[in-house]
Amino acid sequence: MHAIASLTAATLTATSLAMVLAGCATTPEEQKPAAVESRAPAKPEAVKPAPSVEARRMDPAAALKDPNNILSKRSVYFDFDKYDIKDEYKGLVEAHAKYLRENSGAKMLIQGNADERGSREYNLGLGQRRADSVKRALILLGGKEGQIESVSLGEEKPVCTEHAEGCWAKNRRDDMLYNGEY
Amino acid sequence: MALAGKEQPEEALYLRSLPIAATLLALWIAPAGAQLSIEITGAGAQRIPVAIVPFAGEAAIPPGLSGIIRTDLERSGLFRGLEIPPLSPLPTETAIVNYPEWRSRLADAVVFGSVVARPEGGFEARFRLDDVVKQARLGSVAFPMARDTVRATGHRIADFVYEKLTGEKGVFSTLIAYVVKRGSVYELNIADADGMGEQTVLKSFEPIISPAWSPDGRRLAYVSFENKKPVVYVHSLSDAKRIVAANFKGSNSAPAWSPDGSKLAVTLSREGGSQIFLINPNGSGVRRLTTSSAIDTEPRFSTDGQWIYFTSDRGGTPQIYRIAATGGEPQRLTFEGSYNVTPRPSPDGRTLAYITRNGDKFQVALLDLTNRQTQIITDSERDESPSFAPNGRMILLATVINGRGVLSAVSADGRVKQRLSTPAGDVREPAWGPFIE
Repeated sequence: MHAIASLTAATLTATSLAMVLAGCATTPEEQKPAAVESRAPAKPEAVKPAPSVEARRMDPAAALKDPNNILSKRSVYFDFDKYDIKDEYKGLVEAHAKYLRENSGAKMLIQGNADERGSREYNLGLGQRRADSVKRALILLGGKEGQIESVSLGEEKPVCTEHAEGCWAKNRRDDMLYNGEY
Repeated sequence: MALAGKEQPEEALYLRSLPIAATLLALWIAPAGAQLSIEITGAGAQRIPVAIVPFAGEAAIPPGLSGIIRTDLERSGLFRGLEIPPLSPLPTETAIVNYPEWRSRLADAVVFGSVVARPEGGFEARFRLDDVVKQARLGSVAFPMARDTVRATGHRIADFVYEKLTGEKGVFSTLIAYVVKRGSVYELNIADADGMGEQTVLKSFEPIISPAWSPDGRRLAYVSFENKKPVVYVHSLSDAKRIVAANFKGSNSAPAWSPDGSKLAVTLSREGGSQIFLINPNGSGVRRLTTSSAIDTEPRFSTDGQWIYFTSDRGGTPQIYRIAATGGEPQRLTFEGSYNVTPRPSPDGRTLAYITRNGDKFQVALLDLTNRQTQIITDSERDESPSFAPNGRMILLATVINGRGVLSAVSADGRVKQRLSTPAGDVREPAWGPFIE
């Protein structure tokens, strides 16, 4: 991984946290999270019949697998040499923070990844930085430290293996896994 | 999987070696499928011409000793093996040496030997080495040998010849470790320094990186992802048993042994970020060494144990630093370029090998720690993981040729280059083992 922009690492962290916090302050918790799905469903999510409190209590985890629920989305992508959470993923992170808040028994493993360029161990560090970034945001939004472990897979588990930017972009990624999924 | 509150108490770490995770195929020492093959693509300017006379009786126990010795010496780039004319009978270590005749064949040195069966079983490889120019015997030795130790015996003889003629220890008897990815399977393998005798130490469906030899050559520390996160193991080669050295909350990686084998430096994220810690090889006695908000990783002890070299991006780009092994203020060592990583000190402590980004290429560079001069010594493009031979003469590294991971070795002066590749597999993460007494 190149490191052109890491001079601004500290600034970026501060900025990303500020953004998450700002999102938290201006978005009441009950409000629908910002749309992040690229498919842009015609029906807004809020219109969908919400599962009853009773049903949710019986199986809150069903939402994690429901393709129509934002919680089924688990990946956050990062720009080259960056680890701040981009605006388009804020809603996703907020939704998972809410889930962690409402399900104190839920545990999450965040796996950070890096593209293939450069040292494997340094790339492990870059993946860790990305995983820590999402973990920090989840905790700021109400997730508990004890619920979340952030780890790195570095460049070792690419989802895309061509040696080109189109592929590298897919590999600069955090995946959020819940207990039972890893 | 250790989540919050499940972090292993130190005394329980031993127990974590079992059960073996489902992703792990095997934990063993077994002959591997394919050998590494070696291609030499350069040689030293001044090569010592040496005649290795076929050993009398060597044909009875293949593969002949003299061929192994000659190949070893030539591979170093420092010797040129001379063609030997048909000789009958073969002169052995007991013959009177005709120095003028060997001189007329342009030999600077000549090796004679024989293989004899021992009455109690097994064999003995006897040999002598003569300096043809000085017309003097440099030494003679007899090594016990069995049918399955012909290669090892050949390497020992080559080490003897190398040391007598160059004044430094040979590395032909040492081992290398590396990772091969074949399809979706990762193998941690060890082999002789010439790539022969490959054995598989660990086989897994998940990645294995960063193997590091213990100073006594008996154990390998490495990082395995079989638990869906990086965990550091210490693996004993003689009995194929292993223990978890670091499985704390978060990531655990980049193991490096202290010269006396009593400590491991590792990179842990358990306190947030990636920071360097010292631990005992059994996972106890955790002590944090670096304190930054940056990535600090890839620790390596200096040969005298006083310093730990490491990669850090605390200055904005990844650069190489060192810190006293007792802690303190780190000192930056690299200043040219925006990407300098993976520091590996030479055995004599005078030089640091590392990876530098040179335009779009990642290449091996050397930093002279005395005068701070740097020099790039490879012409490949995606070099990783440089590893000094224990005599400091060669550096083993991983690179990519035609889209495949291969191992390459380059002499510290950049002149001699070798390539080690294996059919149908990506080879990476090499680590050259220590001298074994």
